[in-house]
Parts: sequence; structure tokens; C-alpha cells
Amino acid sequence: MRVLVCVKRVPITGGKMVLTADEQALETRHLGFTISPHEECGVEEAVRLVEANGGETVVLTLGPAEAEEQLRDCMAIGADRGILLRTDGGDWDAQSTAAAIVDAIRGEEPFDLILFGNESADTGNYQVGIRVAHALGLPVVNGLKKIELQGDQVRCERDAGGTRDVYVVPTPAVLSVLEGLNLPRYPSVPGRLRAKSKPLAVVELARPEQKLEKLRLVVPPGQGKQAEILGEGAAAAPKVVELMQQLGVA
Amino acid sequence: MSVLVFVEPEDELSLQALALARTLGEVRAVSIEGAYAPAAWAQALVEAATDAEAIVAAGSDRGNELLAHVAARLDQPFAANVTAVAGDTVTRIRWGGSLIEEARLHGSPRILTVAPHTQPAAEPVAVQQLSLAADADTTVRVLETVAESSGGVSLRDAKVVVSGGRGVGSSEAFAIIEELAGLLGAAVGCSRVVTSAGWRPHTDQVGQTGTKISADLYVACGISGATQHIAGAKGAKKILAINSDPEAPIFSTADYAVVGDLHEIVPAISAELRRVRS
Repeated sequence: MRVLVCVKRVPITGGKMVLTADEQALETRHLGFTISPHEECGVEEAVRLVEANGGETVVLTLGPAEAEEQLRDCMAIGADRGILLRTDGGDWDAQSTAAAIVDAIRGEEPFDLILFGNESADTGNYQVGIRVAHALGLPVVNGLKKIELQGDQVRCERDAGGTRDVYVVPTPAVLSVLEGLNLPRYPSVPGRLRAKSKPLAVVELARPEQKLEKLRLVVPPGQGKQAEILGEGAAAAPKVVELMQQLGVA
Repeated sequence: MSVLVFVEPEDELSLQALALARTLGEVRAVSIEGAYAPAAWAQALVEAATDAEAIVAAGSDRGNELLAHVAARLDQPFAANVTAVAGDTVTRIRWGGSLIEEARLHGSPRILTVAPHTQPAAEPVAVQQLSLAADADTTVRVLETVAESSGGVSLRDAKVVVSGGRGVGSSEAFAIIEELAGLLGAAVGCSRVVTSAGWRPHTDQVGQTGTKISADLYVACGISGATQHIAGAKGAKKILAINSDPEAPIFSTADYAVVGDLHEIVPAISAELRRVRS
């Protein structure tokens, strides 16, 4: 089977949001990068499906040249090759991102499954996978915590606040997944070495007109308040219990 | 402006979406019954929206999904999790609420969902039931609902959540977190580091990609306070942080702090609770 996973390079934000002076982006000079958590599970799932059924896992991203790092990370845990839709690094809205992904998919052999994270960690637009599915005329199921291949169908479970909704759809299909679908593996050293020589296709893209056009970013108020210190060490226990009683929870 | 609003029955978030929709213009509230089928439901919304200048829903799982389908069908932009609208400019949340974006929404109709818990709930209004077209594509629909295998107090609804992070150190060391949670009738939570390490199941994770809690008190033990975690914890009314690092970012989000080793402090709190109760 052939599985495509779409991922996005995002900064590891740590404890505080700091913006660049022009308020157009997070200040990332001192930050590392990763992919969105939901997508980590998407990559893991794709690799497991191909390990179990044979075939190929392809990982795709739209982003700056540096996003090759994230594609190599995905190859290190088992993806077979990468596609980088290279941009100048500025934000692309969901509509133009989906259109670019659709173009890339149309240039490939058909995939049985196309996996997305349910939403990206940074922009949280909740729509790229759905737009891609519409353009390709494929069924799409979102928010998945379990995927089970059953012949030419796929059984999917989705969180529904304490219960699970079950869907069964024919493949090919687009699935968007949530963290918790599986526990992603860490890349091994041999995996990292192998990843260096796996094929990577690069397509240069110019950003089209943005219909959801970012104007500026703002750090919400409330960051940087100071907690009231109840005490240090075990000696603080009576004060903690007193607080719990005041709050009506003890 | 005429505004089509998708609402779900007895849903607080739908009433919040209605409140923001009212600020845009004349509201027409619609709902759909039967087995959930996102593509087919979106088709019904599109058919009902022929005169609508805006289409609005709650920024819930279903609201975001349905309006993404609507936007894809109409080939229009869609702004998810909006907190305010002024002309063609929307304010929306990024990073699970840790960052705000101001953006221009160029589409027509304006398609947007309303970020949860950013508006007061509107009074319920008359709701029109839409029916699905005879040729609606229901390939993707809920076939059945099964129970989720989890025990104990639900994280989402718990009044108190006692949570552990990297500082707990191991799966076994969560015994002290469980003990305190048991005494308080609380749910046990954890940070993403903990689930990635396999110490706790993902169902225990509080965070942007885990559960967003709404407890009266959140007790964060050995959790540094990454924005990913805070995005799930900030719905708590009060946060008590226990951490050995006085510079930990959690202390600039928490209301109360105890500085020191959680392995001494947490059992001491449990012991004190037992003492005052006996």
C-alpha cells in the first residue's frame, strides 16, 4: 500500500511566546523545530501500516528549505522518501497550502491513504486535509484515535467526549489524526543514518494571494504574572491544605 | 448582514457562537438531526446558506469540521476559532490560545467558527431543522458509538486535577500523585513529556493536544509550564504549581506556588489532608 503523510515544521515554543519586532512571527532564533504533535502520530501510523502490509510511506511538507530537517526526522523513523514544497518561509493560508498539496499529489501515483494531523500546532486552521479531500473527491474522516485497515476499507474511531464514534470508509481516503493514536517511536542512530540518503524531491513554490491574510500577531495578556508563594518544601503542606479548604475542594 | 449559524442541541459552545453571530447581524439558527455525516451535513448548510453573508458555528470538533467542509465546497477562506470580528478583520487564536492573530478574511460569505469560552452564552433561539438532500453523500457517517476504555474521574469534567510532569521521574513515582488525587476525588493528569515517555496513557494528558480541563483547582507537580501544556490547563479557575525550580515558567501562569521537591511535598500534603480529616 502507499501512504502519504503531510506534516508541518513548527517551533518548539517552550514556556513563553516572544514575537519578532514586526509582529509577523514568533522569535525563533533560540528555538528548535519539530512537527505538530498530531502529525508525529500520523507518521508513526503510516510507518506501522506499511511495515505490516508492505508498500511505501511518503512524507510531504510545505515550508522553508530548513523543513528538510523535519522530513529527514520522519525518514529516520521509517518514511521511505520526502517531498518538500519549498517556500520563502512566510505563512501560507490553509487554502493555498491545500491547493499546493493537491498539485503535488496529482503528480504522484495514487495513494491508498493520505494522513494529516487534525490541526497544526501553530496556526490551528482545522481544514487543510478536508480541502485536499474535496479537491481529490476522496472521503475524509477527522479527529481519529484509532485506524484499522480492513481490506479495501478502513475502520476509524474518533473521540466523542467519553465515547468513540466509529466510521468505516472505503480507501483511498484522507484521514486526520490526533495525538494518542499511538506512541511514536524515537529515531534510532541507524535510522538517522539511513534517512540521510533517502530520496527527497524539492518543488519551488511562490506564495499566491492570501485570502486569510495575517495582519499581525499579539501575545495575549496574562503571560508573566507572579504566583503567590505558599512556602518551600514539605513545610508548606498545612498552607496548601488550608488553600484547598478555602477553595472548597478538600 | 444575514448570518447562518449552525447550532447543536443543548450545547453551551453553540450558544457562545450565537452570541458572536448576533454582533454581525440578523441570525438564522439551524441544526441537523440524525447520524453525523460531515460532508452531507455541510452540503445541507451550503444549500441553506444561499443568501447568507456569514456562516458561523462553534469552534468545537464538529463546528470546525463542518465549516471546513462548507469552505471547501464554496472554495472560500475559513477562519477557525475567532474571538472577535471588526469589518473584514478577524481576531483568532493560534497555538491553542497562547498567541492571538489578527487577519483579514477576504471571502464571501464570511465563514468562521467561534473560539470556545471567549463569549458569554446567548439566550437560546428558535432553531430550524435542516434535512439532508436525497442525493447527499453519506459515505462518511457515524455507524456506531462505542465506549472508551478508561476508568476513574473524567479529566475534562473533574473539579480537581492533580497532574505530574517530567519532575515526577518515572511511571512508578506517579503513586504519590495518584494518592493525593484519590484523597481529593480528583482526576490524575500529566504533561506531554510524560505520555511521550510512556509513563501514563495519552488520555491523562493535559495540553493543547491532550485534554483541556475546566477544574476549580489544578495542582501541577514537576511541570515546567510549556505553552503546549498551559493551553490545556488555563481553563482551571486556580492553578497551584509545585516545582523545584523557582524560575520555572509555570510560576508565571500559576496562582499559587510551592517551591521544592515534589517527592517530599506531595506526600506531605496527603498526610496533612489525612490529619485534618481525622
